Amino acid sequence: MVAIPFLSSLKPSARAQALGAPVEVPISSMQPGELVRVLWRGKLVFVLRRSKEMLANLPKVDGELRDPNSDVIEQQPEYARNATRSIKPQFLVIEGSCTHLGCAPLQDFDVRPAEGWEGGFFCPCHGSKFDLAGRVFKGVPAPTNLKVPPYRFVRDDLILIGQDSGAA
Amino acid sequence: MARIEAEVGKPQGGFVKWIDDRFPMTSTLKYHVTEYYASKNFNLWYVFGVLAFVVLAIQLLTGIFLTMNYKPAAADAFASVEYIMRDVEWGWLIRYMHSTGASFFFIVVYLHMYRAMLYGSYKKPRELIWLIGMLIFLVLMAEAFAGYLLPWGQMSYWGAQVIISLFGAIPWVGDALVEIIRGDYSISDITLNRFFALHVIVLPLALIGLVFVHIVALHEVGSNNPDGIDIKKNKDASGKPVDGIAFHPYHTSKDLVAIIIFLMIFSAVVFFAPDMGGYFLEHANFEPANLTATPEHIAPVWYFTPFYAILRAVPDKLWGFILFVTAVLLPVFLPWLDRSRVRSIRYRGWIYKSALAVFTITFIVLGWLGTMPADGLYVLIARILSVVYFAFFLLMPYYTAIDKTKPVPDRVVYHG
Repeated sequence: MVAIPFLSSLKPSARAQALGAPVEVPISSMQPGELVRVLWRGKLVFVLRRSKEMLANLPKVDGELRDPNSDVIEQQPEYARNATRSIKPQFLVIEGSCTHLGCAPLQDFDVRPAEGWEGGFFCPCHGSKFDLAGRVFKGVPAPTNLKVPPYRFVRDDLILIGQDSGAA
Repeated sequence: MARIEAEVGKPQGGFVKWIDDRFPMTSTLKYHVTEYYASKNFNLWYVFGVLAFVVLAIQLLTGIFLTMNYKPAAADAFASVEYIMRDVEWGWLIRYMHSTGASFFFIVVYLHMYRAMLYGSYKKPRELIWLIGMLIFLVLMAEAFAGYLLPWGQMSYWGAQVIISLFGAIPWVGDALVEIIRGDYSISDITLNRFFALHVIVLPLALIGLVFVHIVALHEVGSNNPDGIDIKKNKDASGKPVDGIAFHPYHTSKDLVAIIIFLMIFSAVVFFAPDMGGYFLEHANFEPANLTATPEHIAPVWYFTPFYAILRAVPDKLWGFILFVTAVLLPVFLPWLDRSRVRSIRYRGWIYKSALAVFTITFIVLGWLGTMPADGLYVLIARILSVVYFAFFLLMPYYTAIDKTKPVPDRVVYHG
Protein backbone atom coordinates (compact mmCIF):
# COMPACT_ATOMS: atom_id res chain seq x y z
CA MET A 1 0.00 0.00 0.00
CA VAL A 2 2.80 2.39 0.93
CA ALA A 3 4.47 1.69 -2.40
CA ILE A 4 1.46 2.72 -4.51
CA PRO A 5 2.12 6.49 -4.60
CA PHE A 6 5.78 5.91 -5.43
CA LEU A 7 5.10 3.37 -8.17
CA SER A 8 2.24 5.42 -9.61
CA SER A 9 4.52 8.44 -9.88
CA LEU A 10 6.60 6.43 -12.36
CA LYS A 11 3.71 6.09 -14.82
CA PRO A 12 3.21 8.62 -17.66
CA SER A 13 2.15 11.86 -16.00
CA ALA A 14 -0.94 13.89 -16.88
CA ARG A 15 1.24 16.16 -19.01
CA ALA A 16 2.82 13.21 -20.82
CA GLN A 17 -0.67 11.89 -21.57
CA ALA A 18 -1.89 15.30 -22.77
CA LEU A 19 1.07 15.63 -25.14
CA GLY A 20 -0.18 12.59 -27.04
CA ALA A 21 -2.39 14.87 -29.12
CA PRO A 22 -3.12 13.88 -32.73
CA VAL A 23 -0.83 15.17 -35.49
CA GLU A 24 -1.95 16.54 -38.86
CA VAL A 25 -0.03 15.54 -42.01
CA PRO A 26 -0.77 17.41 -45.26
CA ILE A 27 -0.37 15.00 -48.18
CA SER A 28 -1.32 17.01 -51.24
CA SER A 29 2.26 17.64 -52.35
CA MET A 30 3.53 14.08 -51.78
CA GLN A 31 4.89 12.34 -54.88
CA PRO A 32 4.49 8.59 -55.53
CA GLY A 33 7.28 6.80 -53.65
CA GLU A 34 7.76 9.70 -51.22
CA LEU A 35 8.02 9.05 -47.50
CA VAL A 36 7.28 11.60 -44.78
CA ARG A 37 8.41 11.16 -41.16
CA VAL A 38 6.36 12.69 -38.33
CA LEU A 39 6.40 12.33 -34.57
CA TRP A 40 3.24 11.37 -32.69
CA ARG A 41 3.51 10.87 -28.91
CA GLY A 42 7.26 11.03 -29.44
CA LYS A 43 6.96 8.00 -31.67
CA LEU A 44 8.14 8.02 -35.26
CA VAL A 45 5.36 7.53 -37.85
CA PHE A 46 5.97 6.97 -41.57
CA VAL A 47 3.51 8.21 -44.17
CA LEU A 48 4.35 6.67 -47.56
CA ARG A 49 2.63 7.44 -50.81
CA ARG A 50 2.85 4.16 -52.66
CA SER A 51 3.14 4.13 -56.45
CA LYS A 52 1.08 1.79 -58.64
CA GLU A 53 4.08 -0.55 -59.07
CA MET A 54 4.66 -0.65 -55.31
CA LEU A 55 1.07 -1.70 -54.76
CA ALA A 56 1.24 -4.21 -57.57
CA ASN A 57 4.34 -5.80 -56.04
CA LEU A 58 2.78 -6.32 -52.60
CA PRO A 59 1.15 -9.73 -53.23
CA LYS A 60 4.40 -11.12 -54.75
CA VAL A 61 6.02 -11.53 -51.34
CA ASP A 62 3.00 -12.96 -49.49
CA GLY A 63 4.60 -16.39 -49.28
CA GLU A 64 7.72 -15.06 -47.53
CA LEU A 65 5.84 -13.20 -44.80
CA ARG A 66 5.12 -14.22 -41.25
CA ASP A 67 1.69 -12.59 -41.07
CA PRO A 68 0.61 -11.69 -44.64
CA ASN A 69 -3.08 -11.27 -43.73
CA SER A 70 -2.59 -9.13 -40.61
CA ASP A 71 -3.91 -11.84 -38.31
CA VAL A 72 -2.22 -10.31 -35.25
CA ILE A 73 -5.08 -7.96 -34.51
CA GLU A 74 -3.33 -5.54 -32.13
CA GLN A 75 -0.86 -4.48 -34.87
CA GLN A 76 -3.46 -2.43 -36.75
CA PRO A 77 -6.94 -0.95 -36.35
CA GLU A 78 -9.74 -2.96 -37.95
CA TYR A 79 -9.99 -0.56 -40.90
CA ALA A 80 -6.36 -1.25 -41.85
CA ARG A 81 -6.74 -5.01 -41.72
CA ASN A 82 -6.67 -5.53 -45.46
CA ALA A 83 -4.28 -6.43 -48.26
CA THR A 84 -2.61 -3.00 -48.25
CA ARG A 85 -2.94 -2.37 -44.48
CA SER A 86 -4.38 1.07 -45.14
CA ILE A 87 -7.55 3.11 -45.52
CA LYS A 88 -6.61 4.35 -49.00
CA PRO A 89 -4.24 1.91 -50.72
CA GLN A 90 -1.86 4.57 -52.03
CA PHE A 91 -1.19 5.97 -48.53
CA LEU A 92 0.56 3.76 -46.01
CA VAL A 93 0.62 5.04 -42.41
CA ILE A 94 2.79 2.94 -40.06
CA GLU A 95 4.85 3.43 -36.93
CA GLY A 96 8.53 3.63 -37.79
CA SER A 97 9.46 1.50 -34.84
CA CYS A 98 10.77 -2.01 -35.44
CA THR A 99 8.67 -4.52 -33.53
CA HIS A 100 11.87 -6.22 -32.37
CA LEU A 101 13.61 -3.61 -30.23
CA GLY A 102 12.26 -0.28 -31.41
CA CYS A 103 14.87 0.97 -33.89
CA ALA A 104 13.69 3.06 -36.82
CA PRO A 105 13.72 0.91 -39.98
CA LEU A 106 15.44 2.40 -43.03
CA GLN A 107 13.68 2.74 -46.37
CA ASP A 108 14.97 0.44 -49.08
CA PHE A 109 12.57 0.96 -51.96
CA ASP A 110 14.81 -0.26 -54.81
CA VAL A 111 13.43 -3.37 -56.44
CA ARG A 112 16.16 -6.00 -56.82
CA PRO A 113 14.60 -9.04 -58.54
CA ALA A 114 17.86 -11.01 -58.27
CA GLU A 115 17.53 -10.96 -54.48
CA GLY A 116 13.76 -11.34 -54.57
CA TRP A 117 13.51 -7.88 -52.96
CA GLU A 118 10.42 -5.95 -54.03
CA GLY A 119 11.23 -2.90 -51.90
CA GLY A 120 10.44 -2.34 -48.25
CA PHE A 121 11.99 -1.45 -44.93
CA PHE A 122 15.19 -2.75 -43.36
CA CYS A 123 16.05 -2.39 -39.68
CA PRO A 124 19.75 -1.51 -39.27
CA CYS A 125 19.91 -2.79 -35.69
CA HIS A 126 19.23 -6.49 -36.06
CA GLY A 127 18.39 -6.97 -39.72
CA SER A 128 14.60 -7.30 -39.61
CA LYS A 129 12.86 -6.79 -42.97
CA PHE A 130 9.38 -5.54 -43.80
CA ASP A 131 7.54 -5.10 -47.09
CA LEU A 132 5.88 -1.91 -48.33
CA ALA A 133 2.83 -2.60 -46.19
CA GLY A 134 5.01 -2.96 -43.07
CA ARG A 135 4.54 -6.73 -43.08
CA VAL A 136 7.40 -8.66 -41.48
CA PHE A 137 9.40 -11.28 -43.36
CA LYS A 138 10.07 -14.75 -41.97
CA GLY A 139 13.44 -15.56 -40.39
CA VAL A 140 14.11 -12.15 -38.85
CA PRO A 141 14.07 -11.19 -35.15
CA ALA A 142 11.01 -8.91 -35.36
CA PRO A 143 7.99 -10.99 -34.32
CA THR A 144 5.14 -8.96 -35.83
CA ASN A 145 4.22 -6.51 -38.59
CA LEU A 146 4.94 -2.82 -38.08
CA LYS A 147 2.09 -1.23 -36.17
CA VAL A 148 -0.49 0.92 -37.92
CA PRO A 149 -1.43 3.81 -35.60
CA PRO A 150 -5.01 5.05 -35.41
CA TYR A 151 -5.54 7.66 -38.16
CA ARG A 152 -8.16 9.09 -40.45
CA PHE A 153 -8.51 11.31 -43.50
CA VAL A 154 -9.81 14.69 -42.37
CA ARG A 155 -9.94 15.75 -46.03
CA ASP A 156 -8.61 14.11 -49.17
CA ASP A 157 -5.36 16.01 -48.68
CA LEU A 158 -5.01 15.82 -44.88
CA ILE A 159 -4.32 12.87 -42.59
CA LEU A 160 -4.83 13.06 -38.83
CA ILE A 161 -2.62 10.61 -36.92
CA GLY A 162 -3.63 9.54 -33.41
CA GLN A 163 -7.39 9.77 -33.79
CA ASP A 164 -9.92 7.78 -35.74
CA SER A 165 -13.25 8.32 -34.03
CA GLY A 166 -15.97 9.60 -36.31
CA ALA A 167 -14.52 8.21 -39.53
CA ALA A 168 -13.18 4.98 -40.86
CA MET B 1 32.26 -2.27 26.16
CA ALA B 2 34.34 0.83 26.62
CA ARG B 3 33.75 2.50 29.92
CA ILE B 4 33.96 6.26 30.13
CA GLU B 5 35.85 7.24 33.24
CA ALA B 6 35.91 10.98 33.53
CA GLU B 7 37.79 11.92 36.62
CA VAL B 8 38.66 15.55 37.00
CA GLY B 9 42.38 16.31 37.20
CA LYS B 10 43.63 12.91 36.06
CA PRO B 11 45.29 12.24 32.64
CA GLN B 12 42.65 10.76 30.37
CA GLY B 13 44.93 8.93 27.90
CA GLY B 14 44.97 11.33 24.97
CA PHE B 15 42.85 12.03 21.94
CA VAL B 16 42.94 8.51 20.46
CA LYS B 17 41.76 7.05 23.73
CA TRP B 18 39.06 9.70 23.91
CA ILE B 19 37.81 8.50 20.48
CA ASP B 20 38.30 4.81 21.24
CA ASP B 21 36.19 5.13 24.38
CA ARG B 22 33.37 6.33 22.19
CA PHE B 23 33.97 4.73 18.76
CA PRO B 24 35.83 1.51 17.78
CA MET B 25 38.48 3.35 15.75
CA THR B 26 41.74 1.58 16.67
CA SER B 27 40.14 -1.84 16.83
CA THR B 28 38.47 -1.38 13.43
CA LEU B 29 41.72 -0.20 11.85
CA LYS B 30 43.52 -3.20 13.30
CA TYR B 31 40.86 -5.65 12.17
CA HIS B 32 40.57 -4.37 8.60
CA VAL B 33 43.98 -2.83 7.89
CA THR B 34 47.04 -3.28 10.11
CA GLU B 35 46.21 -6.75 11.38
CA TYR B 36 44.31 -8.10 8.39
CA TYR B 37 46.57 -10.87 7.12
CA ALA B 38 46.49 -11.77 3.45
CA SER B 39 48.69 -14.28 1.66
CA LYS B 40 52.28 -13.18 0.98
CA ASN B 41 52.31 -14.65 -2.55
CA PHE B 42 49.69 -12.40 -4.12
CA ASN B 43 50.47 -11.80 -7.81
CA LEU B 44 49.37 -9.22 -10.38
CA TRP B 45 45.83 -10.65 -10.47
CA TYR B 46 45.31 -9.44 -6.91
CA VAL B 47 45.53 -5.70 -7.61
CA PHE B 48 42.22 -5.31 -9.44
CA GLY B 49 40.06 -5.13 -6.32
CA VAL B 50 42.01 -2.14 -5.07
CA LEU B 51 41.98 -0.65 -8.57
CA ALA B 52 38.18 -1.03 -8.74
CA PHE B 53 38.06 0.97 -5.52
CA VAL B 54 40.26 3.66 -7.09
CA VAL B 55 38.02 3.87 -10.19
CA LEU B 56 34.93 4.09 -7.97
CA ALA B 57 36.52 7.06 -6.21
CA ILE B 58 37.37 8.71 -9.56
CA GLN B 59 33.79 8.20 -10.80
CA LEU B 60 32.24 9.60 -7.63
CA LEU B 61 34.51 12.65 -7.59
CA THR B 62 34.20 13.51 -11.29
CA GLY B 63 30.49 12.62 -11.27
CA ILE B 64 29.72 15.08 -8.50
CA PHE B 65 31.45 17.87 -10.41
CA LEU B 66 29.69 16.97 -13.68
CA THR B 67 26.26 17.27 -12.04
CA MET B 68 27.10 20.87 -11.20
CA ASN B 69 26.96 21.82 -14.88
CA TYR B 70 24.91 19.09 -16.54
CA LYS B 71 21.18 19.63 -17.21
CA PRO B 72 18.98 16.53 -17.19
CA ALA B 73 16.44 17.73 -19.76
CA ALA B 74 15.99 16.59 -23.36
CA ALA B 75 16.20 20.17 -24.65
CA ASP B 76 19.39 21.03 -22.73
CA ALA B 77 21.31 17.82 -22.05
CA PHE B 78 23.40 17.59 -25.23
CA ALA B 79 24.22 21.31 -25.17
CA SER B 80 25.14 21.19 -21.47
CA VAL B 81 27.67 18.42 -22.16
CA GLU B 82 29.16 20.54 -24.97
CA TYR B 83 29.17 23.46 -22.53
CA ILE B 84 31.13 21.35 -20.02
CA MET B 85 33.57 20.38 -22.78
CA ARG B 86 34.13 23.92 -24.13
CA ASP B 87 33.24 26.58 -21.60
CA VAL B 88 33.66 25.13 -18.12
CA GLU B 89 37.25 25.45 -16.91
CA TRP B 90 38.82 22.00 -16.92
CA GLY B 91 35.36 20.66 -17.73
CA TRP B 92 36.78 18.57 -20.59
CA LEU B 93 39.17 16.86 -18.18
CA ILE B 94 36.49 16.07 -15.63
CA ARG B 95 34.17 14.69 -18.30
CA TYR B 96 36.87 12.64 -20.06
CA MET B 97 37.96 11.22 -16.71
CA HIS B 98 34.37 10.19 -16.07
CA SER B 99 33.77 8.65 -19.52
CA THR B 100 37.17 6.90 -19.50
CA GLY B 101 36.53 5.82 -15.92
CA ALA B 102 33.37 4.01 -17.02
CA SER B 103 35.30 1.80 -19.43
CA PHE B 104 38.15 1.27 -16.99
CA PHE B 105 35.65 0.29 -14.31
CA PHE B 106 34.58 -2.62 -16.50
CA ILE B 107 38.14 -3.54 -17.54
CA VAL B 108 39.17 -3.72 -13.89
CA VAL B 109 36.00 -5.51 -12.73
CA TYR B 110 36.16 -8.09 -15.54
CA LEU B 111 39.80 -8.85 -14.60
CA HIS B 112 38.86 -8.97 -10.92
CA MET B 113 36.13 -11.53 -11.72
CA TYR B 114 38.49 -13.48 -13.97
CA ARG B 115 40.94 -13.73 -11.05
CA ALA B 116 38.19 -15.44 -9.06
CA MET B 117 37.76 -17.94 -11.89
CA LEU B 118 41.51 -18.60 -12.11
CA TYR B 119 42.00 -19.27 -8.42
CA GLY B 120 38.56 -20.51 -7.38
CA SER B 121 37.96 -17.53 -5.12
CA TYR B 122 34.19 -18.04 -5.31
CA LYS B 123 34.42 -21.52 -3.77
CA LYS B 124 33.52 -22.26 -0.16
CA PRO B 125 33.71 -20.33 2.16
CA ARG B 126 33.65 -17.29 -0.17
CA GLU B 127 30.34 -17.89 -1.96
CA LEU B 128 28.68 -14.88 -0.38
CA ILE B 129 31.55 -12.59 -1.38
CA TRP B 130 31.03 -13.80 -4.95
CA LEU B 131 27.25 -13.27 -4.79
CA ILE B 132 27.66 -9.72 -3.46
CA GLY B 133 30.28 -9.17 -6.14
CA MET B 134 27.89 -10.32 -8.88
CA LEU B 135 25.28 -7.94 -7.49
CA ILE B 136 27.86 -5.16 -7.71
CA PHE B 137 28.47 -6.17 -11.33
CA LEU B 138 24.73 -6.01 -12.15
CA VAL B 139 24.32 -2.63 -10.45
CA LEU B 140 27.39 -1.42 -12.30
CA MET B 141 25.83 -2.46 -15.63
CA ALA B 142 22.63 -0.59 -14.74
CA GLU B 143 24.68 2.42 -13.64
CA ALA B 144 26.63 2.46 -16.90
CA PHE B 145 23.46 2.05 -18.96
CA ALA B 146 21.63 4.88 -17.16
CA GLY B 147 24.69 7.11 -17.48
CA TYR B 148 24.96 6.48 -21.20
CA LEU B 149 21.56 8.06 -21.85
CA LEU B 150 22.53 11.33 -20.16
CA PRO B 151 24.54 13.00 -22.99
CA TRP B 152 21.39 12.59 -25.14
CA GLY B 153 23.36 11.72 -28.26
CA GLN B 154 22.25 9.43 -31.08
CA MET B 155 23.73 6.32 -29.43
CA SER B 156 22.35 7.37 -26.03
CA TYR B 157 18.85 7.53 -27.42
CA TRP B 158 18.81 4.50 -29.70
CA GLY B 159 20.86 2.32 -27.36
CA ALA B 160 18.34 3.03 -24.61
CA GLN B 161 15.51 2.38 -27.07
CA VAL B 162 16.88 -1.10 -27.82
CA ILE B 163 17.65 -2.08 -24.23
CA ILE B 164 14.39 -0.77 -22.76
CA SER B 165 12.43 -2.46 -25.57
CA LEU B 166 14.02 -5.73 -24.46
CA PHE B 167 11.75 -5.73 -21.42
CA GLY B 168 8.78 -5.54 -23.78
CA ALA B 169 9.57 -9.15 -24.72
CA ILE B 170 8.36 -10.37 -21.32
CA PRO B 171 4.92 -11.93 -21.83
CA TRP B 172 1.86 -10.18 -20.35
CA VAL B 173 3.58 -7.47 -18.30
CA GLY B 174 6.22 -6.43 -20.87
CA ASP B 175 4.47 -3.40 -22.37
CA ALA B 176 3.32 -2.03 -19.00
CA LEU B 177 6.83 -2.50 -17.62
CA VAL B 178 8.38 -0.62 -20.52
CA GLU B 179 5.96 2.26 -19.93
CA ILE B 180 6.88 2.37 -16.22
CA ILE B 181 10.61 2.41 -17.08
CA ARG B 182 10.20 5.21 -19.63
CA GLY B 183 7.45 7.10 -17.82
CA ASP B 184 6.19 8.02 -21.26
CA TYR B 185 5.03 6.50 -24.55
CA SER B 186 8.53 6.83 -25.94
CA ILE B 187 11.94 7.70 -24.54
CA SER B 188 11.61 11.36 -23.67
CA ASP B 189 12.56 14.17 -21.36
CA ILE B 190 10.78 12.27 -18.58
CA THR B 191 12.91 9.16 -19.18
CA LEU B 192 16.10 11.23 -19.19
CA ASN B 193 15.11 12.90 -15.92
CA ARG B 194 14.56 9.61 -14.09
CA PHE B 195 17.67 7.98 -15.53
CA PHE B 196 19.59 10.95 -14.12
CA ALA B 197 18.09 10.22 -10.68
CA LEU B 198 19.05 6.55 -11.01
CA HIS B 199 22.55 7.37 -12.21
CA VAL B 200 23.48 9.95 -9.58
CA ILE B 201 21.59 8.78 -6.49
CA VAL B 202 19.91 5.36 -6.47
CA LEU B 203 22.57 3.21 -8.11
CA PRO B 204 25.71 4.88 -6.66
CA LEU B 205 24.22 4.54 -3.17
CA ALA B 206 23.55 0.86 -3.84
CA LEU B 207 27.07 0.47 -5.26
CA ILE B 208 28.77 2.01 -2.21
CA GLY B 209 26.66 -0.08 0.17
CA LEU B 210 27.42 -3.27 -1.74
CA VAL B 211 31.15 -2.54 -1.93
CA PHE B 212 31.12 -2.07 1.85
CA VAL B 213 29.48 -5.44 2.54
CA HIS B 214 31.69 -7.09 -0.12
CA ILE B 215 34.76 -6.07 1.92
CA VAL B 216 33.17 -6.90 5.30
CA ALA B 217 32.36 -10.39 3.99
CA LEU B 218 35.90 -10.76 2.59
CA HIS B 219 37.55 -9.79 5.87
CA GLU B 220 35.34 -12.22 7.77
CA VAL B 221 36.60 -15.28 5.87
CA GLY B 222 39.94 -13.92 4.65
CA SER B 223 41.39 -13.49 1.15
CA ASN B 224 42.06 -16.42 -1.14
CA ASN B 225 45.50 -16.75 -2.77
CA PRO B 226 46.98 -18.05 -6.04
CA ASP B 227 47.41 -21.50 -4.47
CA GLY B 228 43.86 -21.63 -3.16
CA ILE B 229 45.23 -22.60 0.25
CA ASP B 230 43.53 -21.83 3.52
CA ILE B 231 46.35 -19.84 5.19
CA LYS B 232 44.46 -19.67 8.49
CA LYS B 233 45.17 -23.38 9.04
CA ASN B 234 48.83 -22.65 9.57
CA LYS B 235 49.35 -20.09 12.34
CA ASP B 236 52.40 -19.19 14.45
CA ALA B 237 52.54 -18.89 18.25
CA SER B 238 51.09 -15.38 18.21
CA GLY B 239 48.09 -16.58 16.23
CA LYS B 240 48.82 -14.96 12.86
CA PRO B 241 49.01 -17.04 9.67
CA VAL B 242 52.62 -17.89 8.80
CA ASP B 243 51.91 -17.33 5.09
CA GLY B 244 50.10 -14.05 5.72
CA ILE B 245 51.38 -10.50 5.84
CA ALA B 246 49.48 -7.48 7.12
CA PHE B 247 47.40 -5.57 4.58
CA HIS B 248 49.09 -2.40 5.81
CA PRO B 249 51.93 -1.61 5.33
CA TYR B 250 52.86 -4.60 3.14
CA HIS B 251 50.03 -5.07 0.64
CA THR B 252 49.26 -1.35 0.56
CA SER B 253 52.79 -0.44 -0.51
CA LYS B 254 52.65 -3.02 -3.31
CA ASP B 255 49.16 -1.81 -4.30
CA LEU B 256 50.48 1.74 -4.44
CA VAL B 257 52.81 0.69 -7.27
CA ALA B 258 49.86 -0.85 -9.11
CA ILE B 259 47.79 2.30 -8.56
CA ILE B 260 50.54 4.51 -9.98
CA ILE B 261 50.96 2.33 -13.07
CA PHE B 262 47.18 2.19 -13.47
CA LEU B 263 46.90 5.98 -13.28
CA MET B 264 49.63 6.30 -15.93
CA ILE B 265 47.62 4.13 -18.34
CA PHE B 266 44.39 5.86 -17.37
CA SER B 267 45.91 9.30 -17.97
CA ALA B 268 47.32 8.21 -21.32
CA VAL B 269 43.78 7.37 -22.47
CA VAL B 270 42.22 10.51 -20.97
CA PHE B 271 44.77 12.80 -22.62
CA PHE B 272 45.58 11.07 -25.89
CA ALA B 273 42.66 8.81 -26.84
CA PRO B 274 39.56 9.65 -24.80
CA ASP B 275 37.26 8.11 -27.42
CA MET B 276 39.56 5.08 -27.86
CA GLY B 277 38.80 4.87 -31.57
CA GLY B 278 35.06 4.81 -30.98
CA TYR B 279 35.11 2.07 -28.33
CA PHE B 280 34.97 4.24 -25.18
CA LEU B 281 32.95 7.08 -26.75
CA GLU B 282 30.98 6.03 -29.81
CA HIS B 283 31.21 8.42 -32.73
CA ALA B 284 27.45 8.45 -33.37
CA ASN B 285 27.05 9.97 -29.91
CA PHE B 286 28.67 13.21 -31.03
CA GLU B 287 25.36 13.96 -32.78
CA PRO B 288 22.34 14.98 -30.71
CA ALA B 289 19.53 12.44 -30.39
CA ASN B 290 17.44 12.33 -33.55
CA LEU B 291 14.10 10.68 -32.91
CA THR B 292 13.42 10.14 -36.61
CA ALA B 293 16.53 8.20 -37.63
CA THR B 294 18.44 5.30 -36.11
CA PRO B 295 22.21 5.35 -36.79
CA GLU B 296 23.09 2.98 -39.63
CA HIS B 297 25.26 0.90 -37.37
CA ILE B 298 24.16 0.57 -33.78
CA ALA B 299 26.19 -1.20 -31.10
CA PRO B 300 26.42 -0.83 -27.35
CA VAL B 301 29.64 0.29 -25.65
CA TRP B 302 32.28 -2.44 -25.65
CA TYR B 303 31.59 -3.75 -22.13
CA PHE B 304 28.10 -4.92 -23.07
CA THR B 305 28.97 -6.39 -26.46
CA PRO B 306 29.58 -10.04 -25.44
CA PHE B 307 26.04 -10.25 -24.08
CA TYR B 308 24.66 -8.18 -26.94
CA ALA B 309 26.18 -10.63 -29.44
CA ILE B 310 24.30 -13.45 -27.69
CA LEU B 311 21.07 -11.43 -27.86
CA ARG B 312 21.49 -10.83 -31.57
CA ALA B 313 22.38 -14.45 -32.29
CA VAL B 314 18.85 -15.52 -31.41
CA PRO B 315 16.30 -15.01 -34.21
CA ASP B 316 13.41 -14.65 -31.75
CA LYS B 317 12.50 -11.70 -29.53
CA LEU B 318 11.48 -13.55 -26.35
CA TRP B 319 14.22 -16.19 -26.54
CA GLY B 320 16.78 -13.54 -27.33
CA PHE B 321 15.81 -11.76 -24.12
CA ILE B 322 15.81 -14.98 -22.07
CA LEU B 323 19.25 -16.07 -23.29
CA PHE B 324 20.64 -12.54 -22.85
CA VAL B 325 19.50 -12.42 -19.21
CA THR B 326 20.66 -16.00 -18.58
CA ALA B 327 24.09 -15.22 -20.02
CA VAL B 328 24.48 -12.31 -17.62
CA LEU B 329 23.21 -14.27 -14.60
CA LEU B 330 24.92 -17.65 -15.12
CA PRO B 331 28.19 -16.66 -13.39
CA VAL B 332 26.14 -16.10 -10.20
CA PHE B 333 25.94 -19.88 -9.84
CA LEU B 334 29.67 -20.58 -10.25
CA PRO B 335 30.21 -21.55 -6.58
CA TRP B 336 27.77 -24.42 -7.03
CA LEU B 337 28.50 -25.29 -10.66
CA ASP B 338 32.19 -25.82 -9.93
CA ARG B 339 32.59 -29.17 -8.20
CA SER B 340 36.37 -29.42 -8.28
CA ARG B 341 38.10 -30.42 -5.02
CA VAL B 342 40.76 -27.75 -5.48
CA ARG B 343 40.37 -24.01 -5.87
CA SER B 344 43.36 -22.82 -7.85
CA ILE B 345 43.98 -23.48 -11.53
CA ARG B 346 47.55 -24.42 -10.50
CA TYR B 347 46.30 -27.74 -9.15
CA ARG B 348 43.49 -28.42 -11.60
CA GLY B 349 43.67 -30.87 -14.49
CA TRP B 350 43.75 -30.28 -18.22
CA ILE B 351 39.96 -30.28 -18.62
CA TYR B 352 39.26 -27.14 -16.58
CA LYS B 353 42.36 -25.44 -17.97
CA SER B 354 41.16 -26.07 -21.53
CA ALA B 355 37.56 -25.12 -20.70
CA LEU B 356 38.67 -21.81 -19.18
CA ALA B 357 40.94 -21.10 -22.15
CA VAL B 358 38.11 -21.75 -24.61
CA PHE B 359 35.74 -19.64 -22.50
CA THR B 360 38.22 -16.75 -22.43
CA ILE B 361 38.56 -16.74 -26.21
CA THR B 362 34.79 -17.13 -26.61
CA PHE B 363 34.03 -14.15 -24.37
CA ILE B 364 36.52 -11.91 -26.18
CA VAL B 365 35.38 -12.93 -29.67
CA LEU B 366 31.71 -12.50 -28.68
CA GLY B 367 32.64 -9.02 -27.49
CA TRP B 368 34.17 -8.27 -30.87
CA LEU B 369 31.18 -9.74 -32.74
CA GLY B 370 28.84 -7.52 -30.72
CA THR B 371 30.49 -4.47 -32.27
CA MET B 372 30.13 -5.81 -35.84
CA PRO B 373 27.04 -5.63 -38.08
CA ALA B 374 24.49 -8.43 -37.70
CA ASP B 375 25.32 -10.03 -41.06
CA GLY B 376 25.53 -13.64 -42.23
CA LEU B 377 28.91 -14.99 -41.12
CA TYR B 378 29.11 -12.85 -37.97
CA VAL B 379 25.73 -14.15 -36.80
CA LEU B 380 26.74 -17.74 -37.54
CA ILE B 381 29.93 -17.44 -35.46
CA ALA B 382 27.99 -15.67 -32.69
CA ARG B 383 25.53 -18.57 -32.58
CA ILE B 384 28.29 -21.16 -32.28
CA LEU B 385 30.09 -19.17 -29.58
CA SER B 386 26.84 -18.58 -27.67
CA VAL B 387 26.49 -22.34 -27.39
CA VAL B 388 30.09 -22.57 -26.16
CA TYR B 389 29.41 -19.82 -23.60
CA PHE B 390 26.44 -21.65 -22.13
CA ALA B 391 28.19 -25.02 -22.31
CA PHE B 392 31.09 -23.70 -20.21
CA PHE B 393 28.70 -23.02 -17.32
CA LEU B 394 26.08 -25.73 -17.75
CA LEU B 395 28.54 -28.60 -18.26
CA MET B 396 30.80 -27.40 -15.45
CA PRO B 397 29.35 -29.74 -12.78
CA TYR B 398 30.40 -32.68 -14.96
CA TYR B 399 33.80 -31.71 -16.26
CA THR B 400 35.05 -30.26 -12.98
CA ALA B 401 34.00 -33.42 -11.14
CA ILE B 402 35.90 -35.81 -13.44
CA ASP B 403 38.92 -33.53 -13.95
CA LYS B 404 42.10 -34.98 -12.36
CA THR B 405 43.59 -32.62 -9.77
CA LYS B 406 47.10 -32.36 -8.37
CA PRO B 407 47.83 -32.45 -4.64
CA VAL B 408 47.69 -29.01 -3.01
CA PRO B 409 50.77 -28.12 -0.89
CA ASP B 410 50.48 -27.10 2.79
CA ARG B 411 52.25 -23.78 2.34
CA VAL B 412 51.95 -21.16 -0.40
CA VAL B 413 54.55 -21.34 -3.16
CA TYR B 414 56.03 -18.83 -5.58
CA HIS B 415 55.56 -19.66 -9.22
CA GLY B 416 56.51 -16.19 -10.39
